[in-house]
Amino acid sequence: MKQSRWQQATYRHPYLFALLLLVAAFIANALLQPNLLEPTTLNRNMRVFLPLILVAVGQAIVMIGGGIDISVGSIVSVVNAILATQIGLSGDLSTAGVMMGVALLVGMGAGALNGLFIAYLRLQPIITTFATSFIYAGLALFILPNPGGGAPSRLTAFYRETIILWLPLAFYVIALILLIWAVVRRTRYGRYLYAVGGKADAAYETGVPVRAVQFSTYVISGLMAALGGIAMTLLTGSGNAQVGDPLTLSSITAAVIGGTPLSGGAGGVAGPIMGAIILGLIRNIISFANVATWWQTFVNAAIIVLALAMPGIINLVRRRTR
Amino acid sequence: MKRLTISPPLAAVLLAIVLFLLSGFLPNGFGGNLDVATAQAVNIVRLSVFLGIIAAGQTLVIISGGEGIDLSTGAVVTLTAILTYTIVNGRNEQVLPALLAVLAVGGLIGLVNGAGIAFLAISPLVMTLGMAGVVSGLILVITQGNVSGAVAPIMTQLIARPVLLGIPGAILIWAVFAAFMWLLLERTAFGKNLFAIGANRTAARLSGVNVTGMVIGTYMLSGMLAGLGGFLVVGNTGVVHIRIGDPFLFPSIAAVAVGGTLLTGGKGSYFGTMAGALVLTLVTSLLTTMQMQESVRRMVLGATLLAMIAIYGRQRGFRQ
Repeated sequence: MKQSRWQQATYRHPYLFALLLLVAAFIANALLQPNLLEPTTLNRNMRVFLPLILVAVGQAIVMIGGGIDISVGSIVSVVNAILATQIGLSGDLSTAGVMMGVALLVGMGAGALNGLFIAYLRLQPIITTFATSFIYAGLALFILPNPGGGAPSRLTAFYRETIILWLPLAFYVIALILLIWAVVRRTRYGRYLYAVGGKADAAYETGVPVRAVQFSTYVISGLMAALGGIAMTLLTGSGNAQVGDPLTLSSITAAVIGGTPLSGGAGGVAGPIMGAIILGLIRNIISFANVATWWQTFVNAAIIVLALAMPGIINLVRRRTR
Repeated sequence: MKRLTISPPLAAVLLAIVLFLLSGFLPNGFGGNLDVATAQAVNIVRLSVFLGIIAAGQTLVIISGGEGIDLSTGAVVTLTAILTYTIVNGRNEQVLPALLAVLAVGGLIGLVNGAGIAFLAISPLVMTLGMAGVVSGLILVITQGNVSGAVAPIMTQLIARPVLLGIPGAILIWAVFAAFMWLLLERTAFGKNLFAIGANRTAARLSGVNVTGMVIGTYMLSGMLAGLGGFLVVGNTGVVHIRIGDPFLFPSIAAVAVGGTLLTGGKGSYFGTMAGALVLTLVTSLLTTMQMQESVRRMVLGATLLAMIAIYGRQRGFRQ
């Protein structure tokens, strides 16, 4: 079947559509909020977007490997609960450092449990991570039954206020992720990842350690969710065992808008980062455009559906016009 | 060597029976009292009806394959429960119009889902997830935070109360409904085509199945069944709130999976889903009876679900 130029372009650059959408959302946002590019405003936005960006990157890696992770939101909640109870508002920096290390290990452990069930026991990803999301959500609630605790202001200030060379902290985090990804995807592991997501049977036939690669994607996703949880804790400065709930579905949306198909084997990390920023900008636009309160959820969801449907609409129109 | 195999629906039913009998030994269980045991068993089945009917649509879309799933189910249940509540507003003569209205609304939402999936090639999970957001937004727009209305006496009578020989109406409705689902899946062209497109879309298309029409029809049906679910849920509870459907979303998928329907499509049955709904409802209500903390309850529920799918939800290995 002959593909249209648009299809070829979107196949070669999975984030192309996300980039166009990002530019559009950015322009719309800048029109409504003229000081958007000022370092402080930029920082105020980016620090809110960062937790979802981190989680969406992990989600995208699982999706490239052909799976899905419904438990990421609960992992964020567990990490938030651990940090808020163990560091506390008056905690010192060394405790904070240790606890963040523990949080990362917990995230990876949770991911490893997912990976164990999915890769080695061959359970279906969506239902498995749904089941484990209950376990992790219960754990978060067990650690922190009522909202409370927090992080010391010195730490939250570092997260919230750090601006280096006019660019907020979030930009450096994103740059670091992109750099690591640029290296990883050129390694043997990177090629394995796409092979496993694209056609697991064929990958297995050619000697790719399919199970180990699948396992690793969930560990990475757990790690990214834990990082998202740390960012979330430093952003809010407080503990709430349900803080991660909305991130699960948003991370999938962000990854898909960013050109990561659920069927696996394609996509990247730049797309989901843009996807997460787009979701945040849309929310901004709606609040600045004076949409009536009761309409905001609807308008937000309608724009997202339109964004998700747009590549399909473009393909359909192009096929009709030829 | 032939291995002893038990079909998933049967295994789920056996598990439910064993769990139920064991629950008799709990401190506040039924003990040796047969009447109390029967009453409890009937109540659990009655509670399973709602999940069972909501999961029916989920069963259809999952069997249809192509990564089929309907994440808008929870939102549709909420919307239709609220619509039922406001349209009926305590009047018996409004029950039928309300039922038709919620079926239409559910069907319309399903139609949009199906169109997006079939024409725009959006993956079902993403399309229905987006739709769930839109419907949730719609609920806020319509209700503006408060819902006024009431269910009609006849609904409570038929759904929540015993109707025949002490059997609650909901269970009788479920029995009739199950018969229809069986006929639909096993004795109609729609059912045959559904399994065909679930097993292999290309082969189905080449043998003359209208795949696009089937996909759209299936999602429409799923929306309508979620609408029916919303109608029954509100008839049972008698009150409504704007998150009433949420707790049904993922359990509806879990019930299908526990019932042995392949999440990859092409294989499954509604009886399996019924058994799955029964087990999930039983486990949930047992955990409630045991008066565990919310946190422990969630962990146990997650672990149980994991154990159940680990028994027969395994996919084939590469070497087989």
